[in-house]
This record gives sequence, C-alpha cells and structure tokens, in this order.
Amino acid sequence: MSQVKTKSSFGVAQLILFLSIAVLVVVVAFPVLLILFNAFWVEDHFNFDGAIMILQQPATYQALKNSLIIAAMSTIGSTIVGTFFAWLVTRTDLPHKKFMKAMFLVPFMLPSFIGAMAWKMLLSPNAGFINQFFMQHLGFTGPVFNIYSYLGISLVEVMYLFPFVFIQVCGALERMDPTLEESARISGAGLFTITRKITIPLVLPSILSGALLIMLYSMAHFGTVAVLGIENGIYNIPTLIYERIHQSGGSFDAIRTGTVLATVLVISAALIIWAQRKILGSGHYQIIGGKSFRPMELKLRGLRMPMMIFCFLYIGFTILLPTVVIFLVGSLKTYGLSFSPENLSLDNFKFILFEYAVTRDAIVNSVTLGFTAAIITMFAGVMISYVIVKMKVRGKGILEFLGMLPFSVPGSVIALGVILAWSGQFGVNFYNTVWIILLAYIARYMAFSLKANSAALEQVHDSLVEASRACGATMWQSLKDIVLPLVKPGMLAAFFLIFLPSLRELTVSIMLYAPTTRTIGVAIYTLNEDGETVISAALAAIALIIIVIGQFIINHFSKKAGV
Amino acid sequence: MDIIRMEGITKGYPDHPVLNDLTLSIKKGECFTLLGPSGCGKTVLLRLIAGFESPETGKIFIDDIPVNDMEEGIDVPPENRGLGVVFQDYAVWPHMTVFENIAYPLKIANVPKDEIQQRVMEMVDIVGMKGLDKRYPSELSGGQQQRVALARALVGKPSLMLLDEPLSNLDANLREEMRFEIKELQRKLGVTVLYVTHDQEIGLAISDRVAIMDENGVIQQIGTPWEIFEQPANPFVFNFMGIANFIDVRRDGTNFFVGTGTQPMPWDEKPEGEAVDWVAAFRPSDVTISREDKGLHGIVRRANFLGAMMDYLIEIDGAFLRTSLETHHAIARDLILKAGDTINVQFLSLHWFEKETLKGVRNE
Ligand SMILES: Nc1ncnc2c1ncn2[C@@H]1O[C@H](COP(=O)(O)OP(=O)(O)OP(=O)(O)O)[C@@H](O)[C@H]1O
Ligand SMILES: [Mg+2]
Repeated sequence: MSQVKTKSSFGVAQLILFLSIAVLVVVVAFPVLLILFNAFWVEDHFNFDGAIMILQQPATYQALKNSLIIAAMSTIGSTIVGTFFAWLVTRTDLPHKKFMKAMFLVPFMLPSFIGAMAWKMLLSPNAGFINQFFMQHLGFTGPVFNIYSYLGISLVEVMYLFPFVFIQVCGALERMDPTLEESARISGAGLFTITRKITIPLVLPSILSGALLIMLYSMAHFGTVAVLGIENGIYNIPTLIYERIHQSGGSFDAIRTGTVLATVLVISAALIIWAQRKILGSGHYQIIGGKSFRPMELKLRGLRMPMMIFCFLYIGFTILLPTVVIFLVGSLKTYGLSFSPENLSLDNFKFILFEYAVTRDAIVNSVTLGFTAAIITMFAGVMISYVIVKMKVRGKGILEFLGMLPFSVPGSVIALGVILAWSGQFGVNFYNTVWIILLAYIARYMAFSLKANSAALEQVHDSLVEASRACGATMWQSLKDIVLPLVKPGMLAAFFLIFLPSLRELTVSIMLYAPTTRTIGVAIYTLNEDGETVISAALAAIALIIIVIGQFIINHFSKKAGV
Repeated sequence: MDIIRMEGITKGYPDHPVLNDLTLSIKKGECFTLLGPSGCGKTVLLRLIAGFESPETGKIFIDDIPVNDMEEGIDVPPENRGLGVVFQDYAVWPHMTVFENIAYPLKIANVPKDEIQQRVMEMVDIVGMKGLDKRYPSELSGGQQQRVALARALVGKPSLMLLDEPLSNLDANLREEMRFEIKELQRKLGVTVLYVTHDQEIGLAISDRVAIMDENGVIQQIGTPWEIFEQPANPFVFNFMGIANFIDVRRDGTNFFVGTGTQPMPWDEKPEGEAVDWVAAFRPSDVTISREDKGLHGIVRRANFLGAMMDYLIEIDGAFLRTSLETHHAIARDLILKAGDTINVQFLSLHWFEKETLKGVRNE
C-alpha cells in the first residue's frame, strides 16, 4: 500500500519562475531599458528636452516622417491587396483557388530585401532592365518608373507584406459561420448588402489586426528602404540608425540619436500592439467559431476568366519575375552583359560556395547562428510559456508583462540594445563577435517561440499533469513524461519558425556584424552595396533555394505532426 | 480509524468563497459519496485532498499524518500523498498506449519490469480491457478511456481512491455496470473510496455513507443512504433526494390548516415548535388520491397523460401539489381525471419543516 510521505519538495516552481524572468530580463528587458535610459539620461540627469531636440533635427525629423509615410502607404496598399485576394480565393468561384492561395503565401518566405534588389535591377531609373527596354526599344526619353521613390519603396513592401492581411482575412472568412449570411439572405438582402452589412463588419477585426502588423513591421523595416531609398536620400528610422552608427563607428552622438529614434519605435510598437489586442479582444470576433464551414460562393460569371488572368499576372509579375531576375543576374559573368546563353554560367555559384571565403563564412555563420538561436529560443520559450500558461506561482505577473516585450520590440531596437548592453560597459564585451548576434537573435525570435509554445501548452489540459502527480510523479518527471512529449509539435514549429527567418535575417545582423561575422543577409547586402552585383545575386539565389527547401521540410513535418 | 480528516477547511477564489470552515472525516475501508448540485465545490474539495490546491485555513490528515496544516506551513505535494485519482475528464495521456498509461505509476515507483507487466495485465483484465492494451486513447470510446483511468488509479494499490464523476460520460447501461464494478473492486482490494457526484442514484446505490452538500459548499447531512432517504435532516436534503412537494400549513392553536382554507391536515403526527407557518413535505409517490370522501378536498388544475403514468396538479385552498399514478391503476380505480374535477388527497408519509428554513430551497 502506498503511503503519505511527508517530505516537502523545495521550491521548484520558484526556481523555474526565476530562471524565466532572468532569461527575459537579460535578453530583452535590459537592452530595451538601456535604450530608454540612454535616450533620456544625459550627464547624470533626466533630459527630456534633449531627446525632443534630437527629433527636431532635420535629418531625424525627416527619417521619422519617412518611416510614417512609407508605413502608411504600405499598410493601405497591403490591406487592399490582401483583403481583395483573400475574398477572391475564399468567397468566389475563381478557378485554381488552391494554387493561387498557396502562391499568395509565397512572399512570406521570400526576404523582402532580396526582392528589393531584384526590383532595383528591373526599375532603377537608368540601368533598370524594364526602363532600358522602354527607352531603347519603345522610344521613351526617360524612365517609365523610378523605383527609388516613396511609391517604389511602398509598392515593393506591399508585395512582400500583404500576406499578413491575406492570411488573417482568409482565416476569418473560412471560419465564419455561413448561417449568419444565409439568414440575412433569407430575409431578402442582396449579396452586396450582405457583404457590406454582415461580412465586412465580421472580418474587419482581422483586416485591422493584419494591417497593424504590417504597420509595425514596415516602420521598423530596414532592408527595402536600405536597398532602394539610400540612393535618393530616403532614410527611415532603422536605416538612419544604421547609417549614423556605421559612419561614426559608434560615437556617443550617434548612439544617442539612435536611442532616441529607437525609443520612438518602441513607443509606436507598444501602441500598435495595444491597439491590436484591443481590436481582437472586442466582442465582434466571437461570432467567428472554430469550426470549418463551407462558405457561400459568389459566381464571378463573365469576370471569372479576367480575374484568373489578373491573378496569374500578379503572381508572375511580383513573384516569378523578381526571382527569375535574381537567378539570371546571379548567373551572369559580369553585370551589364545581356542574358544570352554564352554570358550565363554556374561559375558564380561555384565561386560563392567553394572559393570565396566571405560568402562561405556567411553561409556557415547564418546556419550555425540560426540553428543555435532556434534551439536556445525553443527551450527558453517552452519554459517561459509553461510558467505563463500553466503554473500558479506568486510573481507570475512580472513574467506575463516581460513576456509581452518580445512582441513589441522591433529588430533594429534590439540590435541597438545589445550593443549598449554587451560591448563592455557592464563587464561583458561581445562586440564584433557572433555572440552578440546570437543574443540579439534570441531576443528577436523569442516572440515566435512564446507564441508557438503557449499555443501547444494550452492544448495540454491541466488534469493530464495532475494525473501524473497523483500517480506519484514529481513535477520534473511530469514535465519530462507528459508535458514535453505533448508540446513537441509546438516546439518543432517554434524551431522552424526561428531557424528559417534567421537564415535570411538582415535588420539585426547588419548593425552587429564584424568582418568575420557576416550573415547571409549581410553578405548579400554589403556585396550589393560594393557593386558586386552578380556575386550578391548569386548568393541571394542560393539563399532562396535554402529557404524554399527548408519550407518544404517544415510543411512535410507539420503535416505529419497534424499541426 | 479515519483515513481522511478535514478540519476547519476554508477555500475560495478571488470573486467567491467555495468552502467555509468545512469538517469531514472518512473511515478506512468505506465507500463514501459526496453528493451535491453542480458547482457546489465537490471538485474543489477533492482537489484539496489530492493536494492540487491548498486550503486558506484548516488542516487535512491522511492516515493521521498532516498533509495540510496552514499554521505549521505543511503542504505535502500530490505525488507524496499516495492516492489514486480518477478525474472528471479521464485525463488519460494521449501519447501513451493503454498499457503505458496504466504502467506509469509503477514505472515511477521503480517496480521491476516483469512485475509491471504482470500487474498491468491483471488490471487490464479487471477493468475488462483485455486485448486493447496496445491501443492509444484516441482509438478508445469514452467508456473505455474511463476504465483506463480507473485502472491507472488502482494499479498502484492506493489506500484511498478519489473519484470525480467517473461515470458521467457513460451510457445508462454501462454506468450501472461500472458502478457495481467499482463497488466490487473496492471490496476486493479493500480500498477506501471517496466518490463525488451530483447523481443521487449512484450515490445511494454504492455507498456506505453519503454526505449531502448544498450550493454554498456546506455539508447538510452525513449518514447511510437509508438514513438520508428516510430521515432527511432538512428541506434541502429532502428536496435534493427527489422531486419534492411542499405545501403550506398554518398553525392555529392546536389546529393545522392547509393553505388559506380551513381543512385540517390529515396527519396525526404534528410538528413540535411554536412557529405559525409550517410546510409539509412529501414525495409525489407518497400521495394517494381517491374519490372517497377521505382526507383533503382538492381540485385538479392540470392533468397530463404521460403514457404509462398520469400526472396531476392539484390545488387545495391555495396550496398546490403534484402526484402521479400508473395509468392502468387510474383506469381500474376510476381516477382518470380532468382539470376542474374534485378529488380527495391523503398522505402515506410526510415531513414537517418550519417555513422559515425553506427559503431558497423551494422553487415554485
Ligand atoms: N480555478 C478556479 N477559479 C475560480 N473559481 C473556481 C475555480 N475552480 C472552481 N471554481 C468555482 O468554485 C465553485 C465550485 O466548483 P467545483 O468545480 O468544485 O464544482 P463541482 O461541485 O465539482 O461541480 P460539477 O458537479 O459541475 O463538477 C464553482 O462556483 C466554480 O466556479
Ligand atoms: Mg466537479
């Protein structure tokens, strides 16, 4: 007969809580606090006016304005494009809907700065292939489109960001209970009225939430603006921070400007995240149930073929064309030659993979960094989510607050924060090493891990763990035998959600790289800046191949795991 | 000897109290049922005993060893309490086979492999799952999963089993079968069972003793099933143990009149007490009606033909009662009535309660 054993176990719960808080403080909270501190604390006193003065300088003010303009244009554009395509593939009888839906998600995996490079090759005012074609063969006297402009930058961002809205709206439309629409129809409302009165109000929260995500992403986005804007003097917040710190080699002034700009980003991000929660939390959303329904379809009739052609053209123009250009340019002997067979070869790829140390190192760096960051973040994320979702300990509130931080701190802010924290002022100097990039990656991708793992943990009902405790298992044994096996799919998802994006990461690593610690993103960007266009394009092509293969592996695994 | 003793237990959640100063003891070897309406705090009480929650105040002893004593700071974790628990939602682990589920407590206790094999297979046999031991829970029916949970709780030979509505998801036949199996197992293995449910039928069928808890988490009566049924301590228990009729009775000197009228209550045993307003309580089956001029005169207000049964609502001077009788009896005794007919009412058994004590119990 089993008996009571009166030996109480020590505070395991407290230990895990403490560890979780420590991870988030060291990785995220401390660097962010340093940014705020440096922005407002000058020469031993609080100085708010100083920060305002920095924002009033023409260059910083302009960058602020640019970030807003570009974010606004990209958000509006992406929302229209995303909502339209989402409606088209879920609610109409468009042919080949499945294929289209898959294609509209492709931009998610393509790095936008590589896309920007492709568009630069196609539409730069003088050398762009399209502009040249029009000028040489169609008698145009000037370029048809200048990609180095607000409109150009925003359009490129729309191409890569609209899936945020697309995915959310598709989800909402698919989950929407068709009886809501049917009952309106029975009461005599026409399809147009139903769409306006019922469908749109129901999916509006999803549209807005996707739009806010895009806004957040675009304001803090480095790549596209760096590739297309700098030429014409268009800087946004992240590119200006980079420019300043890069040029001055980390002078006090540059850091201070950086911290003030970063503070603006942090505040906007916090506002955006707050607004998004508010919208998603509002009652509207609950009408959308968890079940899948077969929604009512609109017959496009005469528009069916034109719409299909339009979709194919869009896909061809925004996805296929840039990709082909990257591969073709990557195969050229020298940039500027025509794409005739005798000018094309695989030599660049061979050179990059086997001979050129810079690119070889970059690939090795990115893979090892991504792998390590994914493993660490995956485990840290599981631990932190476990405390947040499952544990009842005092002091959990602090962790819940800290757990929100990773979601609202943009990459460029994290990069600046880790520079402040880990370049010697506090006894640890990781500057110019891979460690500082690793720390920044962990901070940047923690949000993904927290999201995937908490979702998985929510599925593990408390009583499963209690059952094992009642069977005599300690908390550790229950974790090992019950919780871990059940959240494995979530952890795997977290791993890939981190590993893949980190392979093409640019925003963070561009601020932190040293000559030997370039990542793939940095190598592509710097080679391109240095005029090594073909090498850079070839590396970009290789990055695309790695990413696509990785995505296939994920899809394969997640299908198997039934996630 | 008491296997569980709870003394002065208080437990609540921020917005509402659940248990207040509760005291309860359970004897070794008995099958004890805690009965109460949904949401009254039965699961909370079970979780306190199992150690998943800690009381705010009070002490809990298992085998006379304190496992919770808030003043002394004692709070033994669940794994060290040596209990078997079956949860309201089974909680079988979806990633383990039936065998692995049942074997887990033994694995944790470092029982040798061949002994695990033998004891698990024995358990599989006892709960009637032979041949299904290699299946995963997703390949089992609800009832089968429940048996796995039962087997898992029993395999470690705990001295005390806590069962939280373990049969709630079974169909009527299986439920009946399983409740006697539980009783059988309890007798065979000599375990003490604390069974928690809102289904009074199960409670009465298998228990040695029953406790009735009200909506506020207060235990209203503890006794054998027979005591509870025959001598309910108060209107709440009475009401909870079956659909009850309550009619108002007014004391006037030594006379007891029904409703607002002047017909005396046809029952010899009169209540003791000075109160003016009383309530007579009885089950519908304790009412007899006849056309003879005996007992109370009433008027049928509603007549329902329910197939095998006839159901009548009868008014006696402003007081209403319900009774039902088998249709063929009604035909044989000329008691097929319709609304408006007059009829005479008598009682086989009734309980007196002061009207004051009925507040909140009676739903009219
Ligand atoms: N974790 C909790 N937080 C807040 N309130 C709770 C919690 N657990 C239980 N309660 C509340 O305590 C009361 C008692 O709950 P309990 O689960 O014990 O009911 P029960 O008697 O088991 O009911 P049922 O028969 O429906 O299972 C309920 O009002 C419930 O809402
Ligand atoms: Mg319950």
